[in-house]
Amino acid sequence: MSGAAAQAIAPAAPYAAADSVCAHCGAPAPAGHRFCCPGCAAARATIEGLGLGRYYEQRVLDASLRAPRPEEAVERHDLARHIATDAAGIHTLTLAVDGLQCGACVWLIESVLGRDPAVVQGRVNMTTRRLRLRWRGAAEEGDRLVALVARLGYRLVPFDASCLAAAQDRTGRELLRALAVAGFAAGNVMMLSVAVWAGLLQDMGPATRALLYWMSALVAMPAIAYAGRPFFRSAWAALRQGRTNMDVPISVGVVLVTGISLSETMRGGPHAYFDSAVSLLFFLLIGRVLDHRARAQARATAEQLLALRMVDVAVLQPDGSTRRQGQESVAPGDLVLVGMGERVGVDGVIARGQGQLDASLVTGESLPVAAGPGTAVFAGTVNLGAPVTVRATATGGATLLAECVRLIEAAEARRGRFVVFADRVARRYAPTVHAAALLTFLWWWGVQGVGVAEALLTASAVLIITCPCALALAVPAVQVLATGMLFRAGILLKSPTALERLAQVDTVVFDKTGTLTEPALALVGNADPQALRTAATLAASSRHPLSRALLAAAGPAAAAEGVREVSGQGLALATAAGEIRLGSARFAAAAAADDGDSPALWLARPGQPPVRFAFAEAARADAAAVLARLRGLGLDIHLLSGDRPGPVARLAETLGIATWQAGCSPVEKVARIEALRAEGRHVLMVGDGLNDGPSLAAALVSMSPSTAADLSQTVADVVFQGAKLAPVVTALLTARRSQAAMRQNIALSLGYNVLMVPLAMAGHVTPWLAAAAMSSSSLLVMLNSLRMRRAVR
Amino acid sequence: MTPILYLICISVSLGGGALALFLWSLRSGQYDDMEGAANRVLFDDDLPPRDQPPKST
Repeated sequence: MSGAAAQAIAPAAPYAAADSVCAHCGAPAPAGHRFCCPGCAAARATIEGLGLGRYYEQRVLDASLRAPRPEEAVERHDLARHIATDAAGIHTLTLAVDGLQCGACVWLIESVLGRDPAVVQGRVNMTTRRLRLRWRGAAEEGDRLVALVARLGYRLVPFDASCLAAAQDRTGRELLRALAVAGFAAGNVMMLSVAVWAGLLQDMGPATRALLYWMSALVAMPAIAYAGRPFFRSAWAALRQGRTNMDVPISVGVVLVTGISLSETMRGGPHAYFDSAVSLLFFLLIGRVLDHRARAQARATAEQLLALRMVDVAVLQPDGSTRRQGQESVAPGDLVLVGMGERVGVDGVIARGQGQLDASLVTGESLPVAAGPGTAVFAGTVNLGAPVTVRATATGGATLLAECVRLIEAAEARRGRFVVFADRVARRYAPTVHAAALLTFLWWWGVQGVGVAEALLTASAVLIITCPCALALAVPAVQVLATGMLFRAGILLKSPTALERLAQVDTVVFDKTGTLTEPALALVGNADPQALRTAATLAASSRHPLSRALLAAAGPAAAAEGVREVSGQGLALATAAGEIRLGSARFAAAAAADDGDSPALWLARPGQPPVRFAFAEAARADAAAVLARLRGLGLDIHLLSGDRPGPVARLAETLGIATWQAGCSPVEKVARIEALRAEGRHVLMVGDGLNDGPSLAAALVSMSPSTAADLSQTVADVVFQGAKLAPVVTALLTARRSQAAMRQNIALSLGYNVLMVPLAMAGHVTPWLAAAAMSSSSLLVMLNSLRMRRAVR
Repeated sequence: MTPILYLICISVSLGGGALALFLWSLRSGQYDDMEGAANRVLFDDDLPPRDQPPKST
């Protein structure tokens, strides 16, 4: 740790020792250079100019996160529609922040904004990774303030105001308030109950006991009415639909116990169970709150990933200028300009220009195709060629996106509702328990001939003992731990039942492009290292995907001075010997040069023959190892791709996948998965393309990488981050372990019931015994769940 | 009997006060950014005085 930290924290000065690490972003820098790019140099100068150099001493860079490197061209977003202005003329804007590494980043952003006279408030929420910016003056100042932070190396994307309203975590707050009330009541009622129990050993009079019970009732009843609402509501919803869930026995138990305790108190009886009822709610609410938090965090992160990808589109105005605006505000018929290397933001038809479109995220096609006027394009396609103008079409029923949405809805409707394990247990448990309580009442009242009140009290002791505190904690306790463990590994569980469904999986279906293969193209073949180095100095100043791929293969390179970008053609650099060119065959080599069928860049240097760099998709580095591991776990592996048979067969052979199918349309993919399910298989679908969306919805459970198409990521139950495929194995293993832990927990709590229920039916359970038994069984379940953390480590 | 009644009332109202305080802190957003609050304390330096006094609003 100390070694890594020492390397991560850039020293204040001098930099001789760390010349291979950028003095701003910490990424590898070209040998002999202090910074990896001019943007970083400017950022450091800005920070030190403001007297905030302390940032570099106090930060801890995490290499797995995006380095705080300023983008060459600061993205322009249409901020105006996200800005809210209040009566006092203060503008408010909320932005998603990408690149936050540690507390020092928060301090840096807030300090930089705080030094600006216009800013009223600039506050970063580190948990949700959002910046709330409030300023006075002109609304247009927002652009300047955002650029201020963007130049330090953070990416800022405005949040939609409507998204924000939904993100206000109302359920979470309600649960937390209920927890607070239940905790308050449990503490105070327990205090009174301990007095009563102590009175049993001494000689407390019935009047004092009655007083203590009345006080307990006064505190407990309103608290139960308030804190029990989440359970009552869910139980009522289930009952109304003719189902039962875990909340039904909880609600029945709590309400009956409270009612009987009240009647005992009114007639001055010796036993009241207010403490049990309240602490039951308190324990259960702890489980609920933690469970909700863990999942809300995972979901917020998934939303953040999507928000950061939101790109404004450049709409061509009648006067020939372009205006940046949000995707959703583009009207059908508008002309949208898509530059080289840019992502198409709308569905439409190419009106002008010859582009080269990479539709891997949409159709799974791995190679870019040439596209001219009249070709239909879909949002999510990347333009690798010359800039094109796209005429937006209405998002009617005919677009690919609309068809996918329709297929997803159909697949989800067919999939049916998944009944969680705890509810399956509850289906048997609730009737048994309620029958046992009824039997107890009938036995004592009818056969033994005791009074109604006394028989009711014994029956209620049965209900308290069986009230499924441990049972209801058995599942959430494990889920909280597993969700948290996966979250730290970059795996986001979005669905509450995903873990249970993952544990059942016996067949894994993979998509090819972007899932088994890297989302970006990679350089293939052995390139001449000298040519590669030269090409890299040119490519360093371009955002084109192929330039980026070339740079990734060549390693860090300093951008050469004076590189000229010829739109849609390539890059040129004038040197004393002549012009060096990097770009398309026609631009950099002879027009007749063979461009092959794969995307390629050509490098032309004065006096030397042109060099061709070919790019192709590459399997993820750990794909083979992950597949071997999955087979070792006894899983069947299938490959379904929308790409042509050639590349699919090649990849299937490399990775040893026997069952594969190429050229699948979204409908065919869904049909294949439903056929597998009809065979009785439990299918996990892993895919990223828009065309995978419907099959993700059709599978029992689904996973998407965080580079996936927006729609697929929204549909997937699990989203994983990072360049590796290993999260698939991690998620499956964790799910299996947690399922085992859940079963142990349920066995433990049922075993406790088997021991205690006969005692309760015989009438030997007193309030203090009930409280002790309930707490100890809950504790046992919690401790057993914690064991899982050790098992996975 | 009466002293017990007093004591119980006092203890319950103390607990109620703590509950009210918690609900207030929840409402004022103090639990919205637990991670940030933990880090913020390490960078506790005062902001420099503003060049211009803020306009009265």
